[in-house]
Amino acid sequence: MDDAGAIAAFWILSAVTVGSALMVVIVRNLIHAVMLLVVSFVGMAGLYVTLSADFVAVAQVLIYAGAISVLILFAIMLTPRAGRDNAETFLRLPALLLAVLMGFTMGLVALETDWAIAGRGGFEETASVIGEALLSKYVLPFEMASVLLLAAMIGAIILVRSEGFSEEEEEE
Amino acid sequence: MPLLAEWWDLRDLGNSVGAFLQRFEVWGAPGWVPYVVSGLIGILAILLWLLASQIVFIWIERRAIALMQNRMGPNRVGPMGLLQPLADSLKLFLKEAITTRDSDRLLFWIAPVAIFTPALVVFAVIPFGEGMVLADLNVGVLFLIAIASLNTLAVFMAGWSSNNKYALLGAMRSVAMLISYELIQVLALLGVVLFVGSMRLGDVVGWQSGFHIWLILLQPLPALSYLIAGAVEINRSPMDIAEAESEIVAGYHTEYSGIKFGFFYAAEYFAGFAIAAIIVSLYLGGWTAWGLEEWVPGWLLFVAKVYLVFFIFVWMRGTLPRLRIDQLTAFAWKFLLPLSLLNVLVVGGEVLIWREADVPAEVALPVIGVVNAVMAVALVVGWGWMLGHGRSEGQAKRAVLTQEVGAIIYGKAAPGA
Repeated sequence: MDDAGAIAAFWILSAVTVGSALMVVIVRNLIHAVMLLVVSFVGMAGLYVTLSADFVAVAQVLIYAGAISVLILFAIMLTPRAGRDNAETFLRLPALLLAVLMGFTMGLVALETDWAIAGRGGFEETASVIGEALLSKYVLPFEMASVLLLAAMIGAIILVRSEGFSEEEEEE
Repeated sequence: MPLLAEWWDLRDLGNSVGAFLQRFEVWGAPGWVPYVVSGLIGILAILLWLLASQIVFIWIERRAIALMQNRMGPNRVGPMGLLQPLADSLKLFLKEAITTRDSDRLLFWIAPVAIFTPALVVFAVIPFGEGMVLADLNVGVLFLIAIASLNTLAVFMAGWSSNNKYALLGAMRSVAMLISYELIQVLALLGVVLFVGSMRLGDVVGWQSGFHIWLILLQPLPALSYLIAGAVEINRSPMDIAEAESEIVAGYHTEYSGIKFGFFYAAEYFAGFAIAAIIVSLYLGGWTAWGLEEWVPGWLLFVAKVYLVFFIFVWMRGTLPRLRIDQLTAFAWKFLLPLSLLNVLVVGGEVLIWREADVPAEVALPVIGVVNAVMAVALVVGWGWMLGHGRSEGQAKRAVLTQEVGAIIYGKAAPGA
């Protein structure tokens, strides 16, 4: 990241990401919050692009901006309190305190750590490198993750289809 | 294709652009100026092409569907109604764009713009000809799916912000469809990536021209399922349940009028061309056509194929009845998903055998093509039969009323009446 374009891109993308993430918390309207979350996700994808992690960037758009946000929308629409306002909370002060502490800790870690600087340049093509790593060095975690997801999926199905209910009762 | 770097050589439009860009070096402009200018030229060219195609295809679609349905279609404005799209767009520009009182103003304004963006951005990675691509990403195929999935967010924005129950129903349907069909798209395109070994769209087209075979011949089942999933993605009949006008007025754009509705209308066409361009690049050989590209400019072949595939969408719209939302999602989960998973497994095995056993491509590819075609037919028929869509329930009969009327007219008893 030497040239002016990359630096400008970094600052603009960071501003978009952090700004929209802040707005997600501040804004009252839940649907607006989800839309801003999408903006934040896309900004993150842009940051990945500047780090020459093209595969991760596209996966970020596909999974987070495209799928996760849609799932969140689905969840908002299906809950009874699908009102347009984010409810008041009495935990405002503790939450503020926690946020400040978290921010302080993370900032301190980011500033104080002696970050290693990679000697090599960016990858030419990350997709194949990630694929090979997933199926050779990290094959066990990869397979375990798939088994875990399968178990979670079956668990969700069993939770929804408990034996005590007949089909009519489920539909309400 | 021999590259003659003369600007008038229209076989590669990049020649004239390149000649134009060389002027900048002569003028002594800094290095980033030709880069930016070439990007702008590409964007402008794609936009103009899309707009022109859209205006022509509105007329073709309306006339063709009218022909299929035994109607006249637009025939008053200009010769054979040719100026109808222009009149329509003029009307859309001049009409008042109404914003309803209780709508969410901000999202209501953003939605028509947001629905435009994905459809346009997709064209950045589509190779129109050899080297004629705006941004040849090496994760192009994944990029296509990722960008196309953002379309649904805009649809949801429009439906939700309208504060109209029909609009909201349309938006919810659209979201449900996306969840069902995004997986199908990924699995369908995975077969292509497995064969080619690269996600760069230029490589996919190059692979097809290198082996002189179109991937649709090797991958008939994913090509079909991608066509269906693509039609779902862009809300076209018979999968246009997000805007089903006989059920929920106009779905997510019920409350839009004037040019804002025009945006939705245009975006539908743009997205349609995008899906058609993806199908052409991935399954139909892109800008190559078994040697024809030596004689005809590649980009012309590409555009012709895009129009042909888009005409399939028009054809589907004119002839197939609309599905119900539960039928559509059930079709994705029960029918397309298992078949796509099986297809990925089979393709993986085939590619592995082909690579490991060092079978020459002249032998391997036809065998794979025949195997996959047989598998596709067997799976579609067999799985449909297993799900109870076989013919055992009773075949379609001629309607009794028709038979009776026929008997009256022709003066003989109806068979079986």
